[in-house]
Amino acid sequence: MSDETTTGKTMTADEAVARLRSGMTLGIGGWGSRRKPMALVRALLRSDVTDLTIVSYGGPDVGMLAAAGRIRKLVAAFVTLDSIPLEPHYRAARERGAFELMEIDEAMFMWGLHAAANRLPFLPVRAGIGSDVMRINPGLRTVTSPYDDGETFVAVPALRLDAALVHVNRADRLGNGQFLGPDPYFDDLFCEAADTAYVSCERVVDTAELTKEAAPQSLLVKRHVVTGVVEAPNGAHFTSCAPDYGRDEAWQKAYATTPWPEFAAQYLKEGA
Amino acid sequence: MTTVTRAEYCVIACAEAWRDGGEILASPMGLIPSVGARLARLTFAPDLLLTDGEAMLVRPDGTVEGWLPYRQHLALVTGGRRHVMMGASQIDRFGNQNISCIGDWGQPKRQLLGVRGAPVNTLNNPTSYWVPRHSPRVFVEKVDLVCGVGYDRAAGARFHRIPRVVSDLGVFDFATPDHSMRLTSLHPGVSVEQVAQATGFALSVPEEVPYTREPTAAELELIREVLDPAGARCREVAV
Repeated sequence: MSDETTTGKTMTADEAVARLRSGMTLGIGGWGSRRKPMALVRALLRSDVTDLTIVSYGGPDVGMLAAAGRIRKLVAAFVTLDSIPLEPHYRAARERGAFELMEIDEAMFMWGLHAAANRLPFLPVRAGIGSDVMRINPGLRTVTSPYDDGETFVAVPALRLDAALVHVNRADRLGNGQFLGPDPYFDDLFCEAADTAYVSCERVVDTAELTKEAAPQSLLVKRHVVTGVVEAPNGAHFTSCAPDYGRDEAWQKAYATTPWPEFAAQYLKEGA
Repeated sequence: MTTVTRAEYCVIACAEAWRDGGEILASPMGLIPSVGARLARLTFAPDLLLTDGEAMLVRPDGTVEGWLPYRQHLALVTGGRRHVMMGASQIDRFGNQNISCIGDWGQPKRQLLGVRGAPVNTLNNPTSYWVPRHSPRVFVEKVDLVCGVGYDRAAGARFHRIPRVVSDLGVFDFATPDHSMRLTSLHPGVSVEQVAQATGFALSVPEEVPYTREPTAAELELIREVLDPAGARCREVAV
């Protein structure tokens, strides 16, 4: 009962971002242009935090931070807006060689987060061998099975994060986060792989409400890995946040076709 | 029955990729492979699993029969019970595929999607390719970045297999002594010379090249009336 009366971990997006520092490694949840923590990204863009290593299944989060010159290094398997396959601001930044890139396979990325969440230095993955992922990441090492098969795998290094930013449908004040859409993506892993995690949500509800709305297996993020809870209605806009809302395609198109300084002037002001 | 269009031969050629696949997930990328996979499921490969393109496994009528979010999809890939048909911005004669970027990776001339899941796909489950516009810019001597692994780089890869490449001109495989690409069928109306001119490397061409098979009347009706009544396939392949 006392849970309902505690202040818990609630804070504003600006308060969450105020705890971040330049040079940090930040994991950003969601996938492509789906359930991205855009309210937190927008607060990050309003701050002067820069020189970041971003770890993301990339979408407009990556495009915006790249356009704003905040990325020193990116760890990703792709960057896409889904309905617009190629992310224009990311493309432009890459084509001018704006930042360092660790380009790895989607599964390697997931196992890197698993390794970090399990406090392991690496996990073996049957992906990457034979591809140019090994050439463009000369730091990647392989590991040979000690058993009879003797197969060689990529030893995907742990993708340990200083902080994770994710957005979910519901959360309580203590940091228990719930997804209501069809896919959890990897938001729990991002939080578990990070030293600190900030979870924004469409609506903060009492703990008892969480299991009234949906089954307990929708309780994706556990509070022991959450530092801050931000109530941010429409906080994934213009990416999708099913079932609360779909992607705002008109907004996304405007983002993709407007020069960044012009778009940012409006986008960052409106979100203030 | 009206004349079979090129796009419809492409649908048939893609569908054939999943023949005898058994109870595996068909993962088509692109519209024509999607129509092909569903056609296979409705006709000669009824055990195939299909997704709604998001997180649900669905029957052809849309009935949900399972849940497959990205994390489980990745486990299904490494479990091997899947045949994916990916796109290719570039593909070479040994089946190395690129969807990441054009030019030098360090500062590309054209940034594309990124490697995505091509490395994990090609080392774990059968991976075929779909190229809607066959040209020397796609079928190149050497890809700029190897995302999907080809036969010349797959030594020791136990589960590596590239069953076929389908383009708007024909069907190709790697059933040659050195696993270099071979023309296996021409879509009706296409000549061997036309394919050779549109290919940036020397293809293996058998003495007799058959044509891609005709669709049955039932298949044509499914394509035209059930799977793609709006004719979206014609936007991916003209003619």
